Amino acid sequence: MDPLGAEEEELSDEQKIALAKWFLLKSPPGEIQYVAKDLQGVLLNDNIYQAAAQAAFPVYNKEQMLSVEMSDGSGQVIVCEDGEIDANHFIDLRTAQVATIDHIEQVCTGVRPAADSELPSAYVEEYRAAIDTEVVRYIEEAFPRGHCSVFATNGKDSDENGGFELTVVISSAKFSPKNFCNGRWRSIWKVQLHGDLQTVDLQGNIKISAHYFEEGNVQLDTAYDCKDSSIFQGPAETASAVVGIIQHHESEYLAYLEDCYSKLSDNTFKELRRKLPVTRTLFFWGNAHQMSMNRELAREISSK
Amino acid sequence: MEAALGLMRRMPPSLSRTALSSLLLLLPDHSSELLSLVDQPLEVLWDEGCGKQFLLCDYNRDGDSHRSPWSNTYHPPLEDGVLPPAHLRDLEVEANEIFALYRDQYYEGGISSVYLWETDSPEGFAACFLIKKDGSRTGEGRRGLLEQGLWDAIHVIEVEKANDETTAHYCLTSTVMLSMKSATGFQGSFDLSGSITRQMEADLSLSEGHLSNMGRMIEDMESKLRNGLDQVYFGKTREMVFTLREPLDTLTATSATGQSIQHEVINDIVRSRT
Repeated sequence: MDPLGAEEEELSDEQKIALAKWFLLKSPPGEIQYVAKDLQGVLLNDNIYQAAAQAAFPVYNKEQMLSVEMSDGSGQVIVCEDGEIDANHFIDLRTAQVATIDHIEQVCTGVRPAADSELPSAYVEEYRAAIDTEVVRYIEEAFPRGHCSVFATNGKDSDENGGFELTVVISSAKFSPKNFCNGRWRSIWKVQLHGDLQTVDLQGNIKISAHYFEEGNVQLDTAYDCKDSSIFQGPAETASAVVGIIQHHESEYLAYLEDCYSKLSDNTFKELRRKLPVTRTLFFWGNAHQMSMNRELAREISSK
Repeated sequence: MEAALGLMRRMPPSLSRTALSSLLLLLPDHSSELLSLVDQPLEVLWDEGCGKQFLLCDYNRDGDSHRSPWSNTYHPPLEDGVLPPAHLRDLEVEANEIFALYRDQYYEGGISSVYLWETDSPEGFAACFLIKKDGSRTGEGRRGLLEQGLWDAIHVIEVEKANDETTAHYCLTSTVMLSMKSATGFQGSFDLSGSITRQMEADLSLSEGHLSNMGRMIEDMESKLRNGLDQVYFGKTREMVFTLREPLDTLTATSATGQSIQHEVINDIVRSRT
């Protein structure tokens, strides 16, 4: 008997690795190490586990936009696609350093100064640094646990005549396993600066995950996309306009979430189950008793 | 086994079916144990003879067939499938009738099934009350608020008669699994999913019969689970969102911004006095 189609056939190692990878990648924020431990207990095969971990951790870390303390204590580096030099190296433009990341341990094992070829042109850097300063100010205000980074993701060698793209990433996590809750906020803002057209276009993506698991398992997952634009000006003015737009959209989104939550109890949840019947009184179980009495009575009468 | 259950506690509840089937593939020797320990969303079959749907679980299964509570027959047909003894079948018929009324009052739709079977304890029996509701706007959601909305409730009650013959001991284990995807005009998604399990025991007088006793316990438990999910579990995820990102416009005395402003104000006052 096999309701889920799990055949008795022995799985190939590749299949086991694929399944193990799936579990690791579905780990809630801050929980991949716990999942890894349980997974090792299920697999009981270190080769398979190692293969899955090698493949899954880098993807998970980048997807989660893990923020890691740099080994020289100069700040945090955000592990994400936009800052990826190669599989284990991630750039931090604020300190002009490249950090070496041990994905499985989730730590930074070393830093080196970034090569000139890895850094943006002086012109692009002026805008990047200005936006970075503004985002840091915003983070300090709005994300008590947040970290941010600004990357030059396109046309980093541009001068006044060309357009370029900067990417603002914000990553804020709270891990509180003792209180059975973990969560992460991630936002990515692609900022296209068109010096020739005198315009700035923004494209934002915000994701929030939260997990509460005291005697249960409840998870929140949200995603949101938005667009906006502004005028291309000098670095300081552009930076303040760009971060103003980011702040505005993120605040609006938060207000929207508050609205979702406030409607949850009395509206949305009702679609599944009401708090009380329409009559606003508990179900009348006396009917059940009455019903069985009648049935017994009927049986007695018919048997006489 | 412990590790497998640990994984199930961390995987997104909306993906519990995939997680469980993956574990079954990785641990083929533990499949029956896994299936009995891990609850999963209920599946539905159609009882053609009665024109009604019924829910599947381990308690109405024999081989690859499941017994319908409406016709007491197996689907697909099974010649010598296990049937409850006559006195339990009578109670099962009543339970299905009354529980359908209960379900309709609280769920405004949905599917319910009740199954009864004998246990080892003398005069004892066990019952399983199941409810499934699709509250999405394409399903039975009356308000059109959910893109996807699934609720599965599984209540298993073990009943033992006490020595004095006038009371019985009831032990109820309930699990609720739900998954909600809000239908929003906003370009985004808002998904909440979860599963919780609780137990409740009671010694109750038999003056009103087993069915009323079991029904009241289930009603009480379902209300507790619903409120717990709503107030505590969803509340905790909301709290997390607003801890990660502070609502800048509404300053509160405890928020980081609120606190720093408080400090500034206090410093100003102190400075103005000196």
